[in-house]
Order: sequence, then structure tokens, then C-alpha cells
Amino acid sequence: MTAASLSASPRNLRLRANALWLAAPAIAFLIVFFLIPVGRLLFLSVQGDTGNLTAEHYSRLLHTEVYWRILIITFRIAGLTAFFSLLLGYPLAYWLSQLRENRRNQMLLLVLVPFWTSYLVKAFAWMLLLGNQGVLNRLLGGAGIIDGPLPLMYNEFGVIVGMVHAMMPLAVLTMMPVMSGIDTRLSQAAGTLGANGAHRFWMVYFPLSIPGMAAGGLLTFITSLGFFIVPAFLGGRQQTMLAQLIIIQVQELVNWAFAGVLATMLLVSALIACWIYNHLFGLASLSAGNSTTDKTSSAWTRRFGFAILEKLAWATSAVTNRFAGKSRGRLLPAYVALIVFFLVVPTLMVIPIAFTSSDFLEFPPPGYSTRWFSLYFNSPIWISATVRSFGVAFATAIAATVIGGFAALAIARSRSRFGGVVFAFMLAPMIVPRIVIAVGLFYLFAQMGLVATNLGLVIGHTVLSIPFTFVAIAAVLKGYDWRLDQAAASLGAGRFQVLRLITVPLIRGGVISAFLFAFVTSFDELTIAIFVSGGLKSTLPKQMWDDMILQLNPTLAAVSVVVLVIVTAILLVADRLRR
Amino acid sequence: MVNVDTTNVQPKLKISGLGKRYGEVVALEPTDLTVDAGEFVTLLGPSGSGKTTLLQMISGLTEPTTGTLHVDGRDETATPVHRRDMGLVFQHYALFPHMTVGENIAFPLKMRGTPASEVRERVRETLAKVQLEQYGDRFPRELSGGQQQRVALARCFVYRPQVVLMDEPLGALDKNLREHMQFEIKRLHREFGTTVIYVTHDQEEALVLSDRICLMNHARVEQIGTPREIYSRPKSIFSARFIGLSNLFVGKVSDAGDGRIVVANSNGSFEARQENCGPLVNGKAGLVLRPEQLRPGPAGAGENDITGTVTEIIYVGSDTRLVLTLQDGETLSVRHDPAATLPALGDSLTYHWPIDVAVVVS
Repeated sequence: MTAASLSASPRNLRLRANALWLAAPAIAFLIVFFLIPVGRLLFLSVQGDTGNLTAEHYSRLLHTEVYWRILIITFRIAGLTAFFSLLLGYPLAYWLSQLRENRRNQMLLLVLVPFWTSYLVKAFAWMLLLGNQGVLNRLLGGAGIIDGPLPLMYNEFGVIVGMVHAMMPLAVLTMMPVMSGIDTRLSQAAGTLGANGAHRFWMVYFPLSIPGMAAGGLLTFITSLGFFIVPAFLGGRQQTMLAQLIIIQVQELVNWAFAGVLATMLLVSALIACWIYNHLFGLASLSAGNSTTDKTSSAWTRRFGFAILEKLAWATSAVTNRFAGKSRGRLLPAYVALIVFFLVVPTLMVIPIAFTSSDFLEFPPPGYSTRWFSLYFNSPIWISATVRSFGVAFATAIAATVIGGFAALAIARSRSRFGGVVFAFMLAPMIVPRIVIAVGLFYLFAQMGLVATNLGLVIGHTVLSIPFTFVAIAAVLKGYDWRLDQAAASLGAGRFQVLRLITVPLIRGGVISAFLFAFVTSFDELTIAIFVSGGLKSTLPKQMWDDMILQLNPTLAAVSVVVLVIVTAILLVADRLRR
Repeated sequence: MVNVDTTNVQPKLKISGLGKRYGEVVALEPTDLTVDAGEFVTLLGPSGSGKTTLLQMISGLTEPTTGTLHVDGRDETATPVHRRDMGLVFQHYALFPHMTVGENIAFPLKMRGTPASEVRERVRETLAKVQLEQYGDRFPRELSGGQQQRVALARCFVYRPQVVLMDEPLGALDKNLREHMQFEIKRLHREFGTTVIYVTHDQEEALVLSDRICLMNHARVEQIGTPREIYSRPKSIFSARFIGLSNLFVGKVSDAGDGRIVVANSNGSFEARQENCGPLVNGKAGLVLRPEQLRPGPAGAGENDITGTVTEIIYVGSDTRLVLTLQDGETLSVRHDPAATLPALGDSLTYHWPIDVAVVVS
């Protein structure tokens, strides 16, 4: 008995280490279509005309003031976006985390639907709302509150509103799991020890939620750094961001070297943000949500932090004591309703516009008609773009689920010390700004003849989707009890039967939602499509982008409604299947 | 002098008609309980018996549906949790993970606005009391389960709350550590002279720790009394079964006159004293006999006797227990006299007991 188990254990160990090989396809795929193209693009920035190493492109950056200004603006907008997303999203995340699990999953849809709604649709909706003739100015003017239209768009205000609207769901979805992981008994314990509501929040709950805030802040900041859709439509010249500049360098000036310089700036900024985050909190809490912050920060900063929190607590209790007890309890729900309104309703503005009888984007619509929908459905360009988007999304979803799924399995089954490296590598496409990946892939595809092909699109979208499928499947596998497999095997099930009857049924929910998330990621994807698809090979988002740049029209509203319905339907299906 | 007398008359805690329902579900029927100052009272019962609900209502974490709570004669029913001067020790300790051991213990003092120098002094003193002087700067997760439990106790006792409530505080510890911590809790209770209300489902723990036990079942109080009273004079079949090992003969009760009653079933008729008989329902009742009350011997040696076949011999270390199967298939547990030779399986044995020890309940 002892001898048998002894001889079995080294074999087991080898098997477990071997499990990491399941990640090989994912690693190979990401090396070829992610690491190499991004590396090449960065290398272009230090390459001279004859292939020699040079710093000339960087000196151009250093000596041109406008680029500095754009860099600063990019940081400013990304920073403000992250700040407001956290500030405004925190109470919503808190509210969600306090709900019972069933109800929370329902209410989470109020955040998930805006999260997955196409950035283009959201930007379009804000243009309808904020324009000089837009809904808000019409309503305010109609009510006699303002004389002339307020400048709500083509300025920093418009960009920040659009960016916060676009990024807050990401902030909430990142903070919420950390918050719901905070033991409610800790607040109760603080209560029995004499802490009132303000002290319970500031001294116990808030410090425990900081890792979630940091992760949310990091993700929104990095995503905002490489963002171009909102500033392109809602900003003016003064709000040009780095990613827009890269697009201009590649598409209009064909200056690859300088695009490489800008991409490097962007990537280095993102990596610095990650480094700071990692230094303070450890990247592990990005996916796990454990709160082990204390060890790294020194005792002195901790004490200082606590002193501030204690002051905040006394201040808060001094203020709240003046309010009557009744109204205090309604403050949070009222605020949450307001924020959910902000997240959901602007996007819905496309619906009345889509059914307008007018040739213009008037609000309120002068009459009802479905002519814009029939225009869409009878347009070969729109329909072929839609069909292509569906096909590409389907292929992407299959590829990303298989590749990411096996990588997740590898991580779950392997005890290799390289597991952490592989884990980080799988998430890397989420950290590297999309625009950098897209330009790098464009350069690679141009040499491989994959530009303007469906295959090129699928490859690019798969790179972007792998982190999502990997995380979704890794999450179910993490909660999966492998002893069930052993139990089934001991009861006489063969390897294949174990897989078919035990493993797959239990992790099916995670796999399906991974598939659907990859589908939506691809279906909504614009950055890669801007470069890799074009002309007759446009995807739906690319076609929308081209139309929006050219001229806003009610067809766009109709298309937006179609996109909205498709994405919402997919999310509802994913939600139903997950239970 | 007169003042001292009145405070002695005044109970520390007076619970009257305190009850809780969630819609149709009754978590606790209206319950009465008084606890004297310095007393150690245990709420004992199986899960779902309402003991934790009662504790939570005393602490203020749960709002009662009915009834009142008086502390030192003051109505505290509506006082919010943080203004009740009570300490609660949680089952899983609920230590703040982002604070050091010292900061955890200082927390309740800070909430009361204690000056910093005094906070330092009291924390040091209390850490010494639970033998954790060296651990003030560690984080809770760096401590073992038993040490975490001691921190939880220290955090509770440091501000000298008038009442300390404990919700299965030893539930997560292994058996040896649990016994050690029971002593620790007893010692703290003695040293601080605090009133303690303790929740557990472990009857042994309740017997060891309590001045009085409040036995609960099905969302209501089954019996209140000292451990000795509840063990030797259970008032119901539930009490008899829940505390200690007991044998139960359920049968028809009839009056035998002369202050005696008879419980009869297919195993025979057994006599008991009227005074040891609780209120009965439908003339049916159970006769309760503890294993150690039965003595081996020939039939007719005692006032009651019973014969059965040995079907199980259980060695539990300090003791050997025999299980006898009776005529009708019922079983009887008895303690084997260590001086006598061990019987073999299948032997027929007779045991007897004096009339005074049996209790009749329903």
C-alpha cells in the first residue's frame, strides 16, 4: 500500500507539470500574433532608414511641443476618467455588493449591459444628447432655463462625460467582487465594539475595499490611455489623444517609425501604471480579489492612512448626525438610481431617433417611421458588414474559447512555478493598449497579406478575446472540485466518461459565458477593424465609424438599435445559462 | 448600604417576551430570561433552536419583533448596536484583517475616545492577560487559530463591557485547543467579573463553563437551570436526550399510590417517585435513567431491575460501556464496573436501580 502510493506520486507530479503543455497553443498564438507584432512596432521606433539603431524619432518627439501637449492631455483625460469612474461608481459597487447573491446577479445586468454596449453606440448616443441641437439643449431651451445652447460637446466636458460613461461599468465590475468578498461580520463586529456607521465604513469597510478601487482605477486608466472613440467624436482639437495621433501617423502619414514612438510611449505609460499598482497591491488581486495590502506598505504609511481615515470618520459622523435618521437610509438608493439612469438611459436615446420620420437627427422626432430600418436592411453594404461581423465573431469565439480554455485548464491543473508567468502572459493583451496591438498586427498582416481578410480579423480579435475567455474559464475551474473526477474514476468511470459526465457538465456555464463574451468582444471591436478591415471587407463597427466620421444620419441610429438588441440578447442568454 | 441591596435585587439583564419572526418563519418565540450580574449563562441547543437569534437581539445586531430588553433596569430594546455597552465574540473571530493585533484591540477604546496614552497602556495590559505580549505588531492572519481566538477575547474584554456575548467562539478549534480555551474563558470571566452569555451546541462545553444553562429547541426555551439540575432533573425528553447519555423507557403512566407512579411498557413496569415526575401529556411519558445510575446484580436486588443481552461493548478510554438489547429490541446503555470481569457478547445481564434516581418526563 505504502510502496504503491510512493511509486505513484512522482508519476503524478510529472503529469501535473505536464498539464502546463495544454497552454502551449495559447502561448504560441500570443507569441506570434501579440508579442512579436508589438515588439516589432516598438523596434520600429529606434530603427533608421537603413535599419541602423537611431534615436532620431524620439528626438523629434522631444522637440515638438504639440506632441508633449497631446501626451499631457492623454494623461489628464485618462486620469480624470479613472478618478470620476471610481468616485461615482464606488457607491454603486457598494450597493451591489450588499445585495443578496440572486438579486445582485439580476441588478448586475444594469452594469453589464452598458459595459458590453458598443463604444460607438454610446458615443453616438452622447452626440445626440450633447450637440448644440441635441436633446439636452432642446429640453433646457424648451423649458426656458437657458437662452442659447450650452457648449456641451467638442470640449473637455463632453469627452469626460463620454469617457466616464464608457469606463464606469469597468470600474464597478472590478470593484464589486472585492467588495462583496468583504466579510459583513467585520462591520458588525465594529458595531458591537462601539463604532457608528461612519466609523464602520471609513475604518473597516473602506480600507478593505482599497484593493478593488486600485484594480478598477488601474484598468480604467490603462483603457482610457489608449482610447480614441470618445475623444474623436465628443472632443475638439484640444482633446486629441495619443491613440488618435497614432491612427493619423499610420493611416494618413504612413510614418511607421513615429507611430512606433507613440506606441512605445503609450505602452510604457501603461506598464508604469501596472508597476506602481503591482508594487502597492500585487497583480494577483486583479483576478483573485484577495486583500493582502498591508505587508508591502510600511507601518508608517499605514498609521498615517488610519489617522486620516479616523479623521474622516469623525467628520462624517459629525455631518450625518445632523440629518434625521429616516432620510439617511434613502440617500444611497436614490444615488444608485441616478447613476444607473446615467449608465443606461443615454444609450436608449438612439431608439426614438431610429424610428424618426425626419431626415435629420431631430429630437423629439416629428413622426414615426421605420424607413431607416428598411434602409439598413436593404443596404448591401450594411448587411454584408453585419453578416461579416457575425461570422468573424463566431469564429473568434470558437478560437478564443478553445485556446483560452486549454490555457485555463493548464493553469488549474499545473503546479509548475511557471504557472504565474503564463497567467500574466494570458492577461497581457488586456494590459497592452488595443491601439498598440492593432497597429502592430497591421504591420505584420501587411507583410503576410492578411490585411482586409476575414482571417486577419479573426486572428486579431482572438488575441483580444483570449484574456476574457481565459479568466472566465479559469474562474470556474478554480471553484471546481477535482476530487469529483477522482470520485467518478474510483466508481468505475473511464477518462472520457469522467470528462463527458462530470467535468464538462459542471464547467459548462463558464465555458458558454466565455464563448459569448468573446463573441461580443469581437462583434463590438473597432480598433483592429479600423486597420485590418476596410472597403468591401468592413465589419459593422468599422462601417459605423466611417459613417459617423463622414456624416451623422438616422440610419446610424437604426444600426445602433440593431447592435443594442443583439448585444443585450446575448448578455441575457449568457446570464440565463450561468445559473 | 441600601443602594447595594437594590443593585443586588436588580438583574443585570432582563429579557421579557423577546421574539423574532421573518414573515411566516419563527426564529424565536417570545422568550423570558433574566441574568444576574457576573453570571455565566449558556444558551445551548441544536442548530435552528433560536440561540444565535436571541444572542444577536441582545447584542443589537438583530431587531426583535416583540418584547423588551432591560439592562440594569434601563430599557435598551431600541438602542443601536454601537451604543450598547456589550461585547460580542464572533464564531470566526471577525478580526480586522487590515489592522495589527494591537490595532484590533485598540479599536473599541478609540471608538470611545480614550486618550492615546491610556489606549497604549490598556492594550499592553490586555495582551499580557491573554499571553500575547509579543504579538501586538503582527497581523491576525499571521497567528494560529487559538491565538486569533485569544485576540478576539482580548478585543472584547479590553473595554470592560458590562455584558460579554459569545457566539460559539470555540467552534472552529480542535478538541484539545478547545478545552484549553474553555479554561481561558473561565479565567477571564472570573478576573473581569463580567456577565457572560455564551452560545454553543456542545453540551459538554455548556456543562463545563456555565453557572446556568438555558436549553433551547424549536425556537423556544426548553429548560433553564444549573448544569447539575438539567443533568439530573431533565424536564423533557429533549432535555434528557440532549444533555448526557440517557436511557429512556417510554410507556403508560399510572398512579401506584403512596407517592409512587409506574411506567409500564413491553419491557416491564418501573416505579418512580411522584415528585420526580414532570407534567405529563396523555398519560404517556418516558422514564429517564443515566447509564451510571444502573448497577449490575441479580433480579430483585434493587427496587427496579431489567435484563438484556450484551450486543455491543464500547471502549471509550476512561470507561467501558455496554449496550444491552432488551426483550422488545430496545437498547439500554450501562457503564461497566471496572472492577468486574468484562462480559462476552451474547451474555445475559441484569441491572437494577433505586427508585429515587429515575426521572419521568414527556
